[in-house]
Order: sequence, then C-alpha cells, then structure tokens
Amino acid sequence: MAALAYAAAVAAGLGGAWIGVAGMLGATWTVRSEHVVPLGGLELAMDPIAGLFLALIGISTTATSLYAIGTAGEPRDDPAAYLAFVGALGVVPLAANAMTFLLAWEIMSLASWMLVLNRRDDDVARRAAWVYAVMTHAGLACLLAGMLLLGAHTGSLRFADWSAAAPALAPAVRGAAWMLLALGFAGKAGVIPLHVWLPLAHPAAPSHVSALMSGVMIKLGVYGLVRVGFEWLGTAPLAWGVVIILAGAVSAVVGVLYALVDHDLKRLLAFCSIENVGIILIGVGGAMIFRQAGLEALALLALVAALYHAVNHAMFKALLFLGAGAVVHAVGSRSMEVMGGLIKRMPWTAGGFLLGSLAIAGLPPLNGFVSEWLTFQALLQNVRLEDPALNLVFVLAIAALALTAGLGAACFVKAFGITFLALPRSEAAGRAHDAAPAMRLGMLVFALACVLLGLGATVVVPVLGGVAAPVVGAATSGLWGDTARLSVSGSFAHLSIVTVAGALVIGATIPLGVLALTGVSRRRRLYETWGCGRMLQTARMEYTATAFADPFKRVFRFFYRPEKRLQLDVHPESRFFVQRIAYANPARSIFEEWLYRPALGVLRAAIARAQRLQSGSTTAYLTYIFVTLLVLLVLR
Amino acid sequence: MTVEVVLAVIQVLVVAAGAPLLVGALRTLKARLVGRRGPRVLQPYADLAKLFRKEAVVSTTTSWVFRATPYVLFSTMVVTALIVPLLLARPALGFAGLVLLTYLFVLGTFFLALAGLDAGSAFGGMGSSREVAVAALAEPTVMVAILALALRAETTNLGGIVERLARDPLLAANPGHLLAFSALFIVMLAETGRLPVDNPATHLELTMIHEAMVLEYSGHYLALVEWAAAMKLFLFMTLLANLFLPWGMAATAAPFAILVGLLVFAAKLILLTVALALLETSVAKLRLFRVPELLAGSFALALLSVLSVFLLR
Repeated sequence: MAALAYAAAVAAGLGGAWIGVAGMLGATWTVRSEHVVPLGGLELAMDPIAGLFLALIGISTTATSLYAIGTAGEPRDDPAAYLAFVGALGVVPLAANAMTFLLAWEIMSLASWMLVLNRRDDDVARRAAWVYAVMTHAGLACLLAGMLLLGAHTGSLRFADWSAAAPALAPAVRGAAWMLLALGFAGKAGVIPLHVWLPLAHPAAPSHVSALMSGVMIKLGVYGLVRVGFEWLGTAPLAWGVVIILAGAVSAVVGVLYALVDHDLKRLLAFCSIENVGIILIGVGGAMIFRQAGLEALALLALVAALYHAVNHAMFKALLFLGAGAVVHAVGSRSMEVMGGLIKRMPWTAGGFLLGSLAIAGLPPLNGFVSEWLTFQALLQNVRLEDPALNLVFVLAIAALALTAGLGAACFVKAFGITFLALPRSEAAGRAHDAAPAMRLGMLVFALACVLLGLGATVVVPVLGGVAAPVVGAATSGLWGDTARLSVSGSFAHLSIVTVAGALVIGATIPLGVLALTGVSRRRRLYETWGCGRMLQTARMEYTATAFADPFKRVFRFFYRPEKRLQLDVHPESRFFVQRIAYANPARSIFEEWLYRPALGVLRAAIARAQRLQSGSTTAYLTYIFVTLLVLLVLR
Repeated sequence: MTVEVVLAVIQVLVVAAGAPLLVGALRTLKARLVGRRGPRVLQPYADLAKLFRKEAVVSTTTSWVFRATPYVLFSTMVVTALIVPLLLARPALGFAGLVLLTYLFVLGTFFLALAGLDAGSAFGGMGSSREVAVAALAEPTVMVAILALALRAETTNLGGIVERLARDPLLAANPGHLLAFSALFIVMLAETGRLPVDNPATHLELTMIHEAMVLEYSGHYLALVEWAAAMKLFLFMTLLANLFLPWGMAATAAPFAILVGLLVFAAKLILLTVALALLETSVAKLRLFRVPELLAGSFALALLSVLSVFLLR
C-alpha cells in the first residue's frame, strides 16, 4: 500500500519535472479559480523561474520516492504526509497570489512537521518537531504580515500587481515589507541566525524526507528571496543586496564550521545545507548589488551562478542524505564514531556517497565545481563597482567563499573517510549490508545528475541564463561561449569542463597503463597496517571523527568555545590505577547561548506578566470585552 | 594542431622530469648551507627508480580508494602541468584560470587525505587531519591573491595575466604586486609541506604532516606520490616565476624562442630555489597550532594587495 503511494509520487514527480522543464524553456500559462477560497481565490502562474524550481522539485521527488519504495512499510513510514508534502512543494513556486502561496506554504510546513514527528516516543524527535513548529510559524507570521502590508498599500494580493506598484510605494512601507518577507524566507532557507530548527528537524525525519527538505524545501526560501529581491518590490536598494551577501557569507562559514565538528552523520549534512544556502545567497546578494549599480550582465552572471548552485545542491545533498539513510539503516546509529569500514560492506552506497562528497566539496569535474567557479568569476569582477566600501564587501565574500570551500573539503574528507574507510568501529558496522535495489536506483538518479550537470555545463548555463534574464531585467540571456567551452564576460574567464575531465582520465590512464604493461603494478603484497610493532590492529587505534576535527576546534576556539569534560574513575587503593576514562569535548552554540536563550528569557518574563490578566474570573473577562468595545468606539 | 600536441607533451615532460631535479638541487643546497655535503643532486631520480622496482606492501585494511589515490594525485599534477604557462603563455589547456588550478590541487589533497585514513593507523589519520586543516586555511589567501592579479590584468586566465604583464611591465612595478607575491609564496610553503609549516625531512611522529599521511605507501605507489609531490613544488615555483616575472617567455612556438624561454625560466627557478633554501635553513619549524597565524599573515598581505588596487585607482 505504502509502496503504491510512493509509486504515485514517482509518477507525479515525473509529471512535475516535465511541466517544469517546459515552463523553464518558455511555456507560460495561468490557472485561476475564485470560488474555492476567499481573498482573490486560487491562482497558479508559470514563468521560467517557477518552471526551474518545479523541475527541480519534480526530479528530486522522482528519485527520493524511488528510494522510499525500498524502505516502504517500516514502522516510521507515513506516506500520506509525504504525498501532501511533495504536492505542496510543487504548488509553492507556481502560486501567483498571496492566498495560494500561503496555503501551499503552510501545508508544506505542516506536512514536513508531521514527517519530522514520526517517532512520538522519542524525546529528541519531539523537541526537534517542537522547535521546527515554532520557527516555521514565526516565519509564516512574518510572511503573512509582509504580504498583508503590501496588499493594503497596493490594493491587490496578486504578485504581478505588486511588481507594477512597487516603485510608487513609500520607502518606509517598501523597507518594512522587504524586512518581513526576507525574515520569513530566510528562516525557511536556514540563514544564520534563524537556522536553529534545521540541524534538529532534518536529521529527525526519515532520510528520503531529509533529502527533500534539505534539497528543495529550503531552496523555496531562496526562491522567495529572489522573488522579493528582484520582482515583487522592484529593483532592490543597495542595502538589501549588501545584507543578503553578508548574511550569505556568514551562513556559509558558520554552517561549515558547525558541520566540521558534528559527528552525527545526518546533522553534519544538515549544517552543510546551511553552508550551501550561504553560497547561493552570496550569488543572489551579488546579483542584487550589480543590478542596482546598473551592471545587468554581471547581475545575470551572479544570479545564474546562484541558481546553478541551488540546482546542484539539491542533487548532491539529496544523494548524500539517501546514502546516509542507507548507512543509518544498516548500522542503526547516526553517530560516525561507531561506523567505519563500510566501503567493503556497502560498495554501492559508498560509491554514491564518495561522488556526492566530491561534488559538494566543489571538486572538478563535477557539478559543484562549476557553480562555485561561476560564483567566483562573478565576485572577482567587482572592480567594476565604483564604491570602495562595496569592493571591500565583495573581497570579504570571496575570502568567506574560499574558506568555506576549503573547510567543506575537509568536512567531507571526514564524513566519507571516518564513515566508510578503515576498520568497522562497532559490531553493527561490521555486519552492515548494502541498500535495497530501489534505494540504489534513487541514489543512482542523483549521482547521474551530479555528473551530467558538471560535464554539461555549457548546455545548462545558457538555459539558466534564459531563466535569470527576465528576473534581473537583462535584455539578452547572455553570451556564454559555445558548446565546447564556457566563456564568462567576454575573455574574463573560460572553462571547458569536458576537456578537464578528459585530461584527468588520460593523466591517470597513462601511469596505470605503463605500470601494468611493465609488470610493476603486479609486484604487490597484502599485509597488515604498520603499527610500531604492536601485535594486533584494532579499530580502537583508528583516528576518530572527534580527533580529526580537533585541529579546527583549536584554530577556531573563539567560535566553538569548546567544553572539556574529563571524568576519571580511579582504583580505590591508588589513584595511579585508572579504571575508566570518559572524555567529551563538545562545541557550544553561541547562537543558542547568546541570542535565543536571552530572547526566550525575556519572552517568558513578559508572558508571566501577561498571565496576570488571565485570572479565571468570568466577570474580569467580560470587563475586558466591555473596555475593548469602548476603546474601539472612541477610536472610531 | 600537431605543434600544440607536441608542445603539450614537452611541457608535461619538462615538469615531470624537472621536478626531481628541483627537489635534489634544493636538498643539496640546503645541506651545503648548513655545512654538510648532502646527497647528489640526481639522487631523487635514483630514489624513484628504486621505489618503482620494489614490491609494494598494501595493508589488508585498505580499500580501492587507497590504491586509486596515487593515480588520481598524479593525474591532477599532469593536468596542472598542462595549465601552467611554462613554454608559452597559452599552454595546451590555455582556457584555464587560477580558480580551476586551485581546485585541482584540492582534488589531489582530498584523495590523499582519504588514503591517509584508509589504512586505519593513527599516523595516517593524524596526517590527513593536519593536512586538510592547513590546506583549508590557505584557501582564502589563494583566492584573494588571485583577485589581486585578476584586478590588474582584468582576467583570471593564466595566459591573459602573463600576456598583460609582458605587454605592460609597469603593472608589476607596484607594491601590491610584491604583496601578492609574498602571500602566494607563503601559501606555497604551506601547500607543498616546506619549512616552517612542515618539515619534508622529518619522520618524527609529533611533527609530521605530509609524511604521516603517506606513511602506509610503499613501492610504486609511494613513487607516484613522491613524484607528484615534487611536481607540485615545481608547478608552484613555475607559477610564482611566470605569473609575477613573465618576461623572457616565448611569444611564438618557434623552436629557438622556446629554447631561450626555457633558459630564462631555468634562471628564474634557480633564483627561487636559492631563496627557498635560504629561508628553509634560517627558520625553525613552527608548532602546528602557530601555523594558522602564519597563514593569517599571508591573508593580510593578500588583502593589502587587493586594497592597494582599489585605493590607488
């Protein structure tokens, strides 16, 4: 039964992808129905950017549903909520008025909340779901307020009318609306410091849902930021672009720093989603600044880079989440410290996870490299802006992006190396088995997408140029070289990723062939790892994830503020005979300690005061109603 | 087309054959500077030949990642050798720019760090962890220094930068250029495991970085890894020599011009090698957790170099 529901989701995903690709290539249409709901009714409209996101959702849904067929029927399975979730995901980018948008947005949030809360007996999952519910509804409140404010001042709840009326709005109204909408969307995208729900909720959900939440749901926050920053409110003032690019830079660095020291495999991937949203927003913010400065061609380049990275991240992050799901399924734990040696027991999953790790680390010739390369090329051309202060912002963004790329590579050396290589660190890891065929098929789709989006860069970029051109108001969809070679801004930079891939293959084949033909590579003996003369190699001698991340924890001590917990149980006779040592070195979250806890404290105090109003006596309540009525009458 | 292929092959051969010589010359020079006789200059060739002849011992703990890594690493160096301007400003993969080059080096480091973890010994893990930490912290310097060069030459294309500087030598005569050079020089020390970041001659557990990571390799695998490391040093030196002092490089593919260009290039390399040997004999190895300070310093140099462009325009 559940498998049937997922098969339906596969079909729906394929259909969505088909419609989305058609829209992306230029097919526009609108559907309207005024009778179902009030306030303007339901309205769906297709334009290129909506098509891009719909196609992304469709492809991701297809592959994750294939994977879900392999895990269907398990006790944590909830196919009804899953179907509602993917349906709402598909409607959000098509929504053409506030009513439709908010309805779909809320169904998406509620359905994903139910999927997060799939283990009601588990305290951690319950807390994750609670934090997620609070944060997502705070975001919804911001969106609702912002949209109603715009509706009141433009007299319409249709998005198309907002774009037309936006330039005439008072700057204060426009600024307030932007702030509210940006806060709502940034919260969904997981921008620092609104990210607290993300590392709790994503790991708690089943892995195929985590893949969709990280891959496409948070991208809809980015989608909203693009709509608000470029269309709904007209050309964004400079300050908005600067805020977005700085928020992106901070999210990228902070996200990857937390990912580095987290040893829960799925939470590591969730933190890494924050990082990648940061990278995307660096591109979006850069595009906003370039557009405001009148440099449409550069704005186009930056936005194409951001959209490309959004597509790429959806593919490799979903691949990694599905791989992590298979691992967690086999080992029965999310902690990397009990994994190891899985490459021999789960070769398919290991291959997929390695490919995803290479792609997310931005290594050539895979897709992550192309989008990071494009982002760098857009940022490096900031010299065409006149203001030195803006140049400095871009230089900082470049440094942040470079640091993120370096730390991201380190993070995925850890994620793959500790999880899949060396000896198993637990009995369960030693007995692990590879994923079911349907699960492998789901991973294969994403793996293929990572390779094709990398090698096919010269085909993908012009299509994305066509999507982004109307958004930034560029006259043409840009000149991007020919099918063999990608060119950026005339002769500023070129890239032929197929040539690089070919050269890499040839460069490895020549020594391989020469050594095989001369018989050198046959001179090989298998023996145990060298270990300073000790008798037996065990998994206790391996480097752990904690040890691997230690240099980073020391270098960024000021940020992690790690706690050292050392517990020694000594023999009652002599303190020199240690019986047990427990050591933990957890990083603390400065956002929770310095931002959320004080804010919640203030909120709690305010609520305690307000509670006095709630006396429980009906007479008092009637008095409140009477006073309110009087005030309203006087105000009229 | 045939000329291009021949030139590409020659360029790879120059890098592959020149790299052990560079390492040998550096070792001999360092030995002489501290009053030892040191090994022959040609010793690294003999070492490589010996390693290729020896039997490789592969740990039973390892997977295919361990066996594939030497080939991947070697391959990234071959591709990089086709990108760096050496014989001509526009080598075989002349479209490539500095960003691609940086990421190719990261690709090699990524696989090498995985291989370090694969054998399951504590040494390998320690080396991997330290290597990726140093590489990650060097990244911002590289990109900002690239920006400094790209700003002056108005392209990130390597050939474009070389041609621009050769055409307009005054571009190089400014303090920003020197600052960017110093920043990239420090990055070279970190990325190729030279003093004061890592000691290429040590086998002391507590101080090793690169050597710890490749400890489990032997035979032809070790030969490929060592060869690739030598090529990385050679390529970094070539970059510093030809990006910052591009004069003397052949403008056309005429044999005589290329020969003269190679001689000038050799002179530049000798100059850089002497500088590196002097530096390595006069500084002590830094404690591992002081290395970030050095890299922060190099980042500051790169940042100053970029700011000088913005402020002086």
